Amino acid sequence: MKAIVNVYLKEGVLDPQGKAVHHALDALGFKGVNDVRIGKQIVLDLDAASMHEAQKEVEKMCETLLANTVIEDYAVEIVQ
Amino acid sequence: MNVTVLRFPGTNCEFDTEYAFKRLAQSVTIVWHEEEVIPANTDLVVVPGGFSYGDYLRSGAIARFSPVMKAVKAYADNGGYVLGICNGFQILLESHLLPGAMKRNENLHFVSKHQHLKVVNNDNRFLRHCEEGEILNIPIAHAEGNYFIDDEGLKRLHDNGQVLLTYCDADGNPDNPNGSVDDIAGICNEKRNVFGLMPHPERAVETILGSADGVKMLEGFIL
Repeated sequence: MKAIVNVYLKEGVLDPQGKAVHHALDALGFKGVNDVRIGKQIVLDLDAASMHEAQKEVEKMCETLLANTVIEDYAVEIVQ
Repeated sequence: MNVTVLRFPGTNCEFDTEYAFKRLAQSVTIVWHEEEVIPANTDLVVVPGGFSYGDYLRSGAIARFSPVMKAVKAYADNGGYVLGICNGFQILLESHLLPGAMKRNENLHFVSKHQHLKVVNNDNRFLRHCEEGEILNIPIAHAEGNYFIDDEGLKRLHDNGQVLLTYCDADGNPDNPNGSVDDIAGICNEKRNVFGLMPHPERAVETILGSADGVKMLEGFIL
């Protein structure tokens, strides 16, 4: 089973990387971009009895290590 | 005084820290992160600067789970003094021994230079030899020193006098190198026994290094 974890800075927390890329896109002539947020994707290959169990286990991993919930949100997607 | 300096894979300031305290005639033991106990009679634990675990995932995120950090937490819970410098500060944040979190510098640059700091609060062991409002000159070197805490946490820090140092210029005007909230460079916990700062006092202990202002800070821990 595969788990795809996306970690982003929370809404309202300034994202310096996103801001820099937003500026760069604008300078390159790509107008009309309202905001850019940059996160990271963590892909896990894991053994689990069910998708539900995998979801719960990976959420625990996020709360413990993969995300810093003071500043980051995360989203977990389990794929077969 | 017996100083215990931690070392993780990727730590690179343990010898500078050792040098600084030995210069102040203190005894220093460097402890590997896999140790499960802090040496007996330790008067101060220093979590030094560097790049623990290559700063992978987030600065300090993996080091937090090293066996020695469990011992540091117990030591701090018992009132022991802990000082986190730069990466050490990041590790203490990830360990929740200090509140808040660290983000990449707002300008995305690795900043390495001498920086002035203002002493905001000297009612603590760390800064007791400094005057309130005193301007210090201490080097900084980091890519992730953009300290963040939510509004409620920030108010609590200010109300409790936990904001210890802010970034400023030579005249004391705000001069923020990394975008940290309210120009914060260093804080302590509510009990005032755990300290964290991004600047490197151990690199400012002799005038030949450009400043000896770090001595005052480190001497604060010596009785």
